[in-house]
Order: sequence, then structure tokens, then C-alpha cells
Amino acid sequence: MYFIGIDIGSTAAKTAVIKEGQEPRCFVLPTGWSSRETAETIRRRLAEEEIPVETEETKVLATGYGRISVPYADRCITEITCHGRGGAYLSGSGDCTIIDVGGQDTKVITLEDGVVTDFLMNDKCSAGTGKFLEIMANRLGSHISGLFELAEGGKPLAISAMCTVFAESEVISHIGSGAPREDIAAGVVDSVAAKVAQLCMRHGGDGPCVLTGGLSEQAYFAEILSGKLGRPVRGLKDGKYAGAIGAALLCMDMR
Amino acid sequence: MTSELKLPANFEDYTDAKKNGFLRVMKLKEEGKKVVGTFCSYTPSELVMAADGVCVGLCGSSEDGIAFAEKTLPKNMCPLIKCSYGLAASDACPYFYFSDMILAETTCDGKKKMFELMKKLKPVHVMQLPPGREGTGALDFWEQEIRRAALAIGEQLGKEITEEALHRAIVQKNRERRAMVELYEVGRMEPCPVSGYEISTIMDSLQFMFTSEEKIKLLEEKRNEFLARAAEDGKGRRKPRIMITGCPTIGVRDKIIKQAELLGASVVAFDSCSGPRAQKEAVSESGDPYLALAKKYLNINCAVMSPNPGRLDALDEMIADYRIDGVIEVVLQACHTFAIEAAEVKRFITKEKKLPYLYLETDYSQADSGQIDTRLSAFLEMMQ
Repeated sequence: MYFIGIDIGSTAAKTAVIKEGQEPRCFVLPTGWSSRETAETIRRRLAEEEIPVETEETKVLATGYGRISVPYADRCITEITCHGRGGAYLSGSGDCTIIDVGGQDTKVITLEDGVVTDFLMNDKCSAGTGKFLEIMANRLGSHISGLFELAEGGKPLAISAMCTVFAESEVISHIGSGAPREDIAAGVVDSVAAKVAQLCMRHGGDGPCVLTGGLSEQAYFAEILSGKLGRPVRGLKDGKYAGAIGAALLCMDMR
Repeated sequence: MTSELKLPANFEDYTDAKKNGFLRVMKLKEEGKKVVGTFCSYTPSELVMAADGVCVGLCGSSEDGIAFAEKTLPKNMCPLIKCSYGLAASDACPYFYFSDMILAETTCDGKKKMFELMKKLKPVHVMQLPPGREGTGALDFWEQEIRRAALAIGEQLGKEITEEALHRAIVQKNRERRAMVELYEVGRMEPCPVSGYEISTIMDSLQFMFTSEEKIKLLEEKRNEFLARAAEDGKGRRKPRIMITGCPTIGVRDKIIKQAELLGASVVAFDSCSGPRAQKEAVSESGDPYLALAKKYLNINCAVMSPNPGRLDALDEMIADYRIDGVIEVVLQACHTFAIEAAEVKRFITKEKKLPYLYLETDYSQADSGQIDTRLSAFLEMMQ
């Protein structure tokens, strides 16, 4: 029996496969311009591994903003519930705050006894999301993980605009004034961490935080965020798969 | 995953009701009736009834008119105020067009300043609503404001308001209120035989009916229809019973109430200004009618009042009476009073009542409908 979680986010499509009694196996693909096509690519990829999705032997649960575009899914559940479940599994703690910095949404989720009891999402704005990092990394001729590497060696320059478009203008003026790339990168990371911290503080709570999603394995980001929150923030190995793993686990719970 | 919302064949949606009401108001005008446009549940409509006029709720619930309003009003402002002004100023609200006067109140900063601009378009009488109930002389002051409004209405409508006429209006309006509360209370049934979408549409559409008797008749018919439905309905899967609280929801009904129900909720209770919060307390039918009106209307638990502890009492009572599983607070963008009061409402719901609470701040656009769906779905998943 296979339990499959598919998390189609705005940037990356993550898949987790749990074969009964075994650890999850995961893979990631870019979402691209069509969630439907991505879902088909995932189906083919699973078929190559001899996991047929449309049989009684396999249950599929889709999540993420592209969850409605997976025609072979048995169920759809929001990424909030899935990140809660997956975050609890990966961190081994059912009582914590999960922070997921996604491509277009940032979510803060309170878990009690492994169950989501409250959550908060960012407003209709990309500041404090992965999209912000992506745009700024492009500006600096780098990519997201390159941006973090640069940031570690820099002193943060102020990037105070809350709007991504205005913040990009600030980055451009820093570039124009000849500021070191590392310092600009550090400023970008600081700005995202500040926005995420603000969301967390609005949400409340005081226990340990667990970072899931695309930034989960960026130890430097967890460190900066922890400094701003005054609470421990822990990244996770495979944290970017938390949503997909959560979906696969929920699939197993619901059978 | 969404399913279809089952609506009866005789369901009249808000847009239809508004359109049909337009023809009725036109006919009334031809018959020589005077029409008074209103915006808010603080409006003592008894005054208008006593002057033999009819009240009509003015349009303020769609994206139309907002772009026009933003020529004058700030962008970062409540969509209800922007829409009300924009439709009025661009001649796109037929009810505004047919109104002989507007009866308004200084409820919030946005509204009272907007009314100053509206005065250039129509006679607008603005009642000064006290900012709270506790200040020295608040009730006295409000009573005097009601008397002043009565004179203004009498003059504008050409009919002096007598105490006898006012008393009759109070008795009639109380009957209407009771009928409204009785219909709302169908929501107490478990399972609830009617969708919150349907019940809130009926309530909000009442403003397009112009005699008390026809409103009462509709409310009673609907109540009987729902009770009959309850007898027929088998017990289905239990759905989470949701209460909506916060700002008026007419302009976001489809985006929030309908969607919540499509996603599996049963919206059974409304703590909003058109809900039982404003209707439950009747106006005393004995004693000085002006003082009686002042007492009733000053007691409405809108967040514009400071402090406003009665709102939490009302929430507490409704959570028990309607057996609520979760509360969704709807706040219109830039409505400061409800947005700030939300902190206390959230504390009360989550800490004291130990219930899930979802805060949704939105406007009349469709830009955030995807994100709202995700929030609503995740909220309902918390209750499963």
C-alpha cells in the first residue's frame, strides 16, 4: 500500500511517497507554468518507479495552491493542515509553532498535541515570502541559496520598504552606490526575517518554533529569525517536504 | 472540496431583491410617498414610519462605485463607505436617487466625514451619535438628537411627527424585530435546515420591502418553510456550526459566507449589525417614546462604541444558544474600530470559550478570494 502526498506550491512541486511501514521518500520538481502539467509529470515519475496512482493500492492526497489541479488525487487538504502534520512528524514535536515561508504565502501555525489550533497567513503582499527572496537574489545575480551564502559574510544594509517593488528600488540604489553585494544580501535576509517575525509576534505564542518549507534547511535564516523573535527556531532536514510528507501521513490517517 | 449549495427554487438573490425593490420604490414615489435613505442599524427608522415615510437601505455593497469614490476619498478606506459614496455621487444608486433625504449618524470617522461630502448631493440629516454609553449625559444627548432628527424629518417630509404616531411606529417595528429574531433563531436547530447564505440574503433584502406588514409576512413564511424543511431533512453528516461576527457582510457574502458553506460549514449565527444583536432588544412601548428609542438604539453593540463590553456578552450568549463550533470574524479593510476590537474578541473566543477563531480582513474585490478559500478550508479542517 502506498500513501502519496503531493504539494504543488507556487514555485516548487513536492512529492512524498510512503510505502506502508517505511520512511517517506521525496522528490521535487519546479511547478512551472501549469500545475496540471506538473501533476502529469509527477504521475509519470511515479509510474517509472512502478507506483501506479490510480489503483486501490495507492491513496493520493494533494495540497498547496495547485491542489485542485491533481486529477488523480483522492482528497485535497490545505497546506496549513499538511505543514502542521508534516512539521510535527519531522520535528518529533506536537507542541510548537510551525513557520512556513512559502513562495507566495507565509504561514504561522500553532500546533497543540499535534493538531493545528490556530494559524495566521500574510496579507495579499509578497514581502516576507520566498518570492521576495527570489526577486532580490535575481537582482544580485544569484539564486536563493547563493543569497544566503552571500548574506553570511555581510553586514545588513537597511531595506525598510514593506513593498517588494519599493524594496527592489532600495536594492537598486544600494547597488548603484557601490555597496558590497554581501551587505545587500544580508539586508535582504534581514528584511524577510523581520517581516516573518512580525507575523509571528502578531500570531502570539512563546514556545519553540520549527521552520518548514523552502527555507527550512537555511540554518543562517533560522538563526537570524530566532534572534528577532527571541525564541529558538529550528530548521529541519527535508523541511521543504513537510507539506508533502504531512499530506502522505494524513492520507494514511484517513484510510 | 466544494459541493453545490442547495438553494430553493423560490430563492431570490440579493441582486434580484435590489432590482425588484427598485420598481417598488419607483411606484411608491409615483404615489406621492416620501423616501428616506439610511445606512446603518443605529437609524431609528420609527421616526420615518411615524412621518408616514418609507426607509430604504442605500447601496454600499459592491465594487461598483469604488473607483468613482476614489477620485475624492482616500484609497485606504472602508469599502462600504467608498461604495456608498461612489454609487450616490455617480448616480448609480437608484435608492439614493429616489430619496427625499438621507438620515445618517456619526458612527465612525470615515462615515461622518463622507456625509459632509454627501450633503452637497442631497439633504442629509446627520444625527450625532455619542462615542460611548458611559460619558456624562450620553443618553440624554442621544435622546435630544433623536428629537432633533424628528423635527428635521417632519419638516423634510412635510408631516409633523406626533407622539401617537411614534408610539404606533414603535409597536409595529417591534413586531418586525420579533419576526426577524424568530427567523434567525431557526439557526439554533441542529442540523440547521437553512444555509447561512440564504438566511442572511433574506435579512439583508428586507431593506427593499417598504411596508412593515409585507416584511413580517415574508419572515413568517420563510420561517414556516424552513421548519417544514427541517421536518423533511434526514440527519446528514454533522457540519461545523459557524458564527459570523464583525462588520456588515453584504458586500462579501459570496466570498465568505457562501464559500464557507461550499467548503463544508453550516453558518448558523450572525453577530453583525443586521443580525439579532441589533434586533433582540425591543423598544419600550410605555413611557416617553423618544427616551425609549434613545435607550434601545444606544445599546446596539457596534465596535464604534467605546467601551463595548455588550458585544462579548452577546457573543457568549449566542455561542451557547446556537451551539457554535467556530467563529469567523469579518473585518472590512481599514475599519479600525472592528479591527482593534478583534484582539479582544479573539482572546475571548480562543481563551475563554476555547473555540477556533478565524480573522478575515478583506474588501469587495475578488483579488484575495483564493487566499480566503485556503484560510476557510484550513479553519474548517481544524474542526474535523
